Amino acid sequence: MPLITYRDALNQALREEMHRDDRVFLMGEEVGVYNGAYKVSKGLLEEFGEMRVVDTPITELGFAGVGVGAAMVGLRPVVEFMTWNFALLALDQIVNAAAKMLYMSGGQFPMPLVFRGPNGAALQLSAQHSQAWESWLAHIPGLKVVAPGTPYDAKGLLKSAIRDDNPVIVLEGEMLYNTKGEVPDEDYVIPIGKADLKREGDHCSIITSGKMVLVAMQVHDQLAKEGIRVDVVDLRTIRPMDVDAITASVRKTNRAVVLEEGWEVCGIGAQVVDYIQRDCFDHLDAPVLRVHQADVPMPYAKAIEKAAKPDVAKTIAAVKKVMYIEA
Amino acid sequence: MAAKKKADTDSALNASLLHSMILQRRFEEKVAEAYALGKIGGFCHLYIGQEAVSTGTLSLLRDDDYVLTTYRDHGQAIVRGMSPRSVMAELFGRIDGCSRGKGGSMHMFDRHVNFLGGHGIVGGHIPMATGVGFAIKYRGGDQCVICYMGEAAVNNGAFHESLNMAGLWRLPVIYVIENNRYGMGTAMERASSTKEMYKRGDTYSMANAEVDGQDVFAVREAMQEAIDRARKDYSPTLLEIRTYRFMGHSMSDAASGTYRTKEELDTYRKRDPINLLKAKMQTDKSLSDADLAAMEAEIAAVVQDSWDFADASPEPPLEALYEDVYVETTT
Ligand SMILES: Cc1ncc(C[n+]2csc(CCOP(=O)(O)OP(=O)(O)O)c2C)c(N)n1
Ligand SMILES: [Mg+2]
Repeated sequence: MPLITYRDALNQALREEMHRDDRVFLMGEEVGVYNGAYKVSKGLLEEFGEMRVVDTPITELGFAGVGVGAAMVGLRPVVEFMTWNFALLALDQIVNAAAKMLYMSGGQFPMPLVFRGPNGAALQLSAQHSQAWESWLAHIPGLKVVAPGTPYDAKGLLKSAIRDDNPVIVLEGEMLYNTKGEVPDEDYVIPIGKADLKREGDHCSIITSGKMVLVAMQVHDQLAKEGIRVDVVDLRTIRPMDVDAITASVRKTNRAVVLEEGWEVCGIGAQVVDYIQRDCFDHLDAPVLRVHQADVPMPYAKAIEKAAKPDVAKTIAAVKKVMYIEA
Repeated sequence: MAAKKKADTDSALNASLLHSMILQRRFEEKVAEAYALGKIGGFCHLYIGQEAVSTGTLSLLRDDDYVLTTYRDHGQAIVRGMSPRSVMAELFGRIDGCSRGKGGSMHMFDRHVNFLGGHGIVGGHIPMATGVGFAIKYRGGDQCVICYMGEAAVNNGAFHESLNMAGLWRLPVIYVIENNRYGMGTAMERASSTKEMYKRGDTYSMANAEVDGQDVFAVREAMQEAIDRARKDYSPTLLEIRTYRFMGHSMSDAASGTYRTKEELDTYRKRDPINLLKAKMQTDKSLSDADLAAMEAEIAAVVQDSWDFADASPEPPLEALYEDVYVETTT
């Protein structure tokens, strides 16, 4: 299987889906002439022309709404946000329009559209450019939210997102775009709503998604050297969440750590912990712990930025704690 | 001008315009009655006084054109061809409502007549209409989309973002500002840096005009030009249609007394769009008292029928609560 980057995997997904269905078009800032701020849309303008690869002004609310309107009359827009930080200006269209149109029209207007772009922190971009929005978006009924952690998942989930008749949020990662993995050249999709067991182990579950999947896999490999076997549940989809996969893992390991990129309060981890306490209460040998960003805006300076972010060391410490292993 | 002359002389057309306006008026008078009885709940914004805008504009659209509007949507829904029954049932929160009782007063939708809502966030639907215009051009069609908004929405970022894109990309969108002079209790002079809102179209390379919204023929004339422009080469238009609402902002707001005086209201009421058309038809003898009485009787029956229908329609069953959040993907 070809080894390609996460970026190229997304590019393949877009290209294949645009060939497959001429209702699919891509719109956003710098997606055309510039080939995408992160080069995800490289070559697409040349291949599909400017009606289908649309460079927009810096007008997030406006072009998100253009996507909603186009979806109402049967097109299948893929709306790229240069990063999710800027999508906050478009939240009215995502939350009040895309997520609710089907419901408030009594089922008349489905919203087959995708909102996608990099989510979460990169390096030293500081407070306004380093935020993980999973919990904001996953809170909303009517949306689906996927967060691929590998190139293989990125291609398969983006293709599913584009074919889905509901609004799907695709959370990518600036720090993931250059990561490599095996990705088939041909067409395949990954079902939305199903988790993936990325690593197997029977001592402790790590439940995670998106960029943190890479962290969790490193934790798995490092702890394996100490004889600690970790189960890594990659949610892949945050909404609807694969609760069965979470409970199956926790019933096997009896211990869990939830790892997420975002903040603690009302975070994704809080939801996962709720499923666990509800469905695995009698299976737990320790309280469930959470690893997440420090409860502060992201700082710029290197050392304190590092201290703010969830990482391998913090996750290992949490796993050892739920296993009652002295550090 | 040709369009105006034709309208002036076409008494069948005049009768249908009059019918359309009176139907909206009587329907909404009934809505007010139902609201007072508690049959309708929530926010409910009446259109009374503005009927020449919906009738004038929508009487010129084709079936395959598109309509988006605000929460003040009952009149436009009916003029666009939604049945008074389905609109009233929606207001009553019943299963036979156009949105199955899930939308209510502010969220009328009917895909069969390309009525794309009924939106409750001021300015929120303006980008959507722009997207419908984009889709029309994407497919190479010759339809247009009309997007109604209040004059207060013009101060909202969504308006400016949308008009910029429509002007830049040349999209067949007709943006209609229904300038009824107030956004809730705020007079436009207290909210907008300009009193000539149509001129904002200049900034976005867009044809624009100021229109007398109490004169249905003036509305039609401006609308026809806008439609021709949209169909010919995808050119957008901004119309500022000057009108006035005769009722409060919503059912919880008195018609006058706080932010506007009774005298002001009475002055505007003298230019009731229905009376202006009636007077014109009576002058040119195309409307007899008997004609009018017959029209009123027929409309009263339709409106009563819509009430009876809505009242008899069941509430949505509890299963409906969880329906329509997601659709099953079929492709
Ligand atoms: C974004 C937003 N802010 C505030 C409101 C509350 N609100 C509803 S209608 C309205 C006034 C709008 O006035 P205008 O646009 O002139 O329309 P009109 O009601 O006169 O038809 C306000 C402030 C809202 N619905 N949405
Ligand atoms: Mg107003």
